[in-house]
Amino acid sequence: MSVLSTVAALTASRTGRAEPLTTVRHQHLDEKPFVLVPLTLAGEACAPLAALVGTDPERPTLLTVRQPRNRAERFRFAERLAALLLAYIDGCRTETEPYTVGRGREKEERLRFQRAPQLLVPNGEGIAYVRLLGRLTRLRATEGPYAVDSSVPTLGKWLTWFAELAEFPNSGVLLAMTRLLAAHWATGQSPSEDSHLASLLAWIDPPEGSDGARAAREAEDPAVWPPAGPSTDPVFDRTLHELMTRYDDASDDRGREAVGRQIDRELSGQMLPTWRLMWRGVELLRDLPEGAHVPDRWALDRRWFSEYAEYLDADGRPQARRDQAVRAARRLARLEDAVTRYEAERAYDDPLVMAEYELTGEAFTGTVTARDEDRFVPGDRPGSQVWRPTITLRTSTDTRVGLAVGTEVKSPARPGQAARILEVRQEDDGGHTVVLQLKGGFANKRKPPAPAGTLAETGEELTYTTLNPTAMPSALPDEENTPWTHGGPPQPYEPTDEDAEETWE
Amino acid sequence: MPSQQSEPPDDRLARLRGPQPPQPYTARKITALTANPACARRAVLDAAGVDKALLAQQVGYEPRFGQSPFALAREQAFHGLVKWGGYAELIRLLREQLSVPVAEAHVTDLNEVGGNTALHVRERETRRLIAHVASGQDVRLILDRPVLTLEVAGQTAYLEPDAITHRIEGKFHVVLIRSFAAIDGQANPTAVAEAAKQAAVYVLALRRAFDTAGLPTEQISHEFLLVCPKDFSNRPYGRLIDLRQELDALQFQLTRLRRAEDLAAQLPETATLDTTRSTDELSASIEALDASYTPSCLSFCEMARYCRDEADGCASPARLGNGVRNDLPGIDSTRTALDYLDGVAAPGEAETEAADLLRAAARLRRLRRGAA
Ligand code: SF4
Repeated sequence: MSVLSTVAALTASRTGRAEPLTTVRHQHLDEKPFVLVPLTLAGEACAPLAALVGTDPERPTLLTVRQPRNRAERFRFAERLAALLLAYIDGCRTETEPYTVGRGREKEERLRFQRAPQLLVPNGEGIAYVRLLGRLTRLRATEGPYAVDSSVPTLGKWLTWFAELAEFPNSGVLLAMTRLLAAHWATGQSPSEDSHLASLLAWIDPPEGSDGARAAREAEDPAVWPPAGPSTDPVFDRTLHELMTRYDDASDDRGREAVGRQIDRELSGQMLPTWRLMWRGVELLRDLPEGAHVPDRWALDRRWFSEYAEYLDADGRPQARRDQAVRAARRLARLEDAVTRYEAERAYDDPLVMAEYELTGEAFTGTVTARDEDRFVPGDRPGSQVWRPTITLRTSTDTRVGLAVGTEVKSPARPGQAARILEVRQEDDGGHTVVLQLKGGFANKRKPPAPAGTLAETGEELTYTTLNPTAMPSALPDEENTPWTHGGPPQPYEPTDEDAEETWE
Repeated sequence: MPSQQSEPPDDRLARLRGPQPPQPYTARKITALTANPACARRAVLDAAGVDKALLAQQVGYEPRFGQSPFALAREQAFHGLVKWGGYAELIRLLREQLSVPVAEAHVTDLNEVGGNTALHVRERETRRLIAHVASGQDVRLILDRPVLTLEVAGQTAYLEPDAITHRIEGKFHVVLIRSFAAIDGQANPTAVAEAAKQAAVYVLALRRAFDTAGLPTEQISHEFLLVCPKDFSNRPYGRLIDLRQELDALQFQLTRLRRAEDLAAQLPETATLDTTRSTDELSASIEALDASYTPSCLSFCEMARYCRDEADGCASPARLGNGVRNDLPGIDSTRTALDYLDGVAAPGEAETEAADLLRAAARLRRLRRGAA
């Protein structure tokens, strides 16, 4: 929460409509995402009850478990989900494109797929569900007394891959709709209420003739808007419990099938509203233009995807029960680095995000009032002279500049050009005059004149900040040595008999 | 669930509640109370033993706290499993996972005392047994559903932990049985945190029992034993969890709770919290009790949706969450904040800094939204 989002929330609470927090969309939204709306049985660690899944908003596939305590039924659910999800993943493994990694002698050309899978779930609990279901299925044996279909462990390995990447803000392979929407809009309710998909969307997209506040309250009624899962509504559970008892007690197959179909209908009715909300969310997000760094981040996701697919083909052993210590430490370091870089990229792509840094003084915006294009200063070698033009910026009245002389800054307008603050002067109107010395970013020219567009013109409005998305991560192994996840080389795990026969009750 | 409260609450509180049987304090209620110690409303409702779910319903708010039959069945099955055969599973757990050399159970069932289920009888028996065991005169291994007491907001609460055992490192440990799973040794942190807070309530109550009996409280562990299902199975898994932080926090919060009687005494003579009375009478009395709504109330208090509407009505900043509230120090309503933003009201001296920052943020929002 920043003061800017507080102002947005205040405004929303007055207008009854959500307020945008960004001017662009900061996540990749695939043209064909795979939407998963899961339900689980209350009280259990992870007992799938039902799911609506698919890539076509008009045609979700309904998966149900009519006897959730039956082991065979659970694995059949996993098989059916695997059939759909693995086919979708395979569909992403077609066209490839080359890319290069490393520099100088280490430079290497590799191939990555042009597509990657994108899994969308309603909320944060949906992500936890993906992780748990992955943990439950990836270690299963496909031979021996507890054999399951070979698609089951493969599903588990992929689900785990999705869930591991979901921790990284710069990855878009598994996203929770509530978090995605709340990152782009501020509502006039609290963050905990925003984790309820129906009320969040009520604020962003209130129905005709209603306002967000009222619609959000109505959306809280589980009888009208069932919870977005995986937890079910306890009141609905009473109906379900009754039906399941009747299903178990049915005296013949025909009677059982009839109750079974009723169970399916009831479960579908609990998920369909959420399914529609998911796609409404997709539509709303698609209406936002994409941020400039989004394709780069998606390219990275496509690379992780290509490498993991390759790894599964070559080795295929699952992720361990728990991260080994070294790997966990490296993942954490990567995660911190990813967060910093992602924050900087967001600010560069979006003036409304940059405004947060302007408010805290880590960035400032001004108009160019003067420039010294022909300026030279003594270089490192005795007697040498290097070309270092300056520009002078004037900020508007009452604008804070929280940066000191000597600070290195950059502008999103010319990210390849380094700048250093030479002078900061407060003017009578409360604004500031800032003199910046520029270095590089002149299309490899070492002396004036500056090629067109490389040196700011007078009258140009520019923002400068200490944020730098291209700053190299500190003391981390280079990315080449961290293949398919951000965690480092795969640490395959040999599942034991115990894993294969682990109860799922 | 205890079925009766032996000591009737203070007259005024009892009169407020009316003829309905009092709802007992539970550890859960106490942790909820300490989660929002500034709330006089909840303090009085709980001390008077009012059925808050029913009350909320009477004033037009259907509470949304139900338990699924599936969850209930699972919980009962797991409790049953741990206690089955004289706590055989718990004893196995002590032996295998905590390396406590015990072979057999000496369990005392405190669900009743000679057929008597009255709380104060069970509580007296619990105290007697603890004194015996603590002085080394007895070798009961496990006390099943003992009853302890704790002073809360000037009222005596009767509490029933699942069990107490005194054999881990020679200290008394509170045992909590919960049906959320520990997967690869890790359970849902929110669920564990809530269990720990409740365990702290029991440990404090146990200390009180020791104090009253003149026994050294050093015999009580500051850890509790959490028993929950392992991975995706039904097999019990146990872990000792440190409670020092929770104990400190709880003790502090309990001292902050004002005496419920004093709070109730400030109510007008006509006030009533009797759920059989009319909506208008009830609303007027509830309103007379100061609330302190925050969005987290939604997760633990039956009155939350009532209090939320009230907070909305007076545009309390807290209803938008901590983030907003912290950005509006000293500003008591979002309407006032919006007035400062619009320039139709001038902030007082104490509010100037916050108001200036808000205005600067609003200006930046205006400028940068158009810039894209
Ligand atoms: S919901 Fe109301 S009564 Fe309950 S704790 Fe919050 S403010 Fe107090």
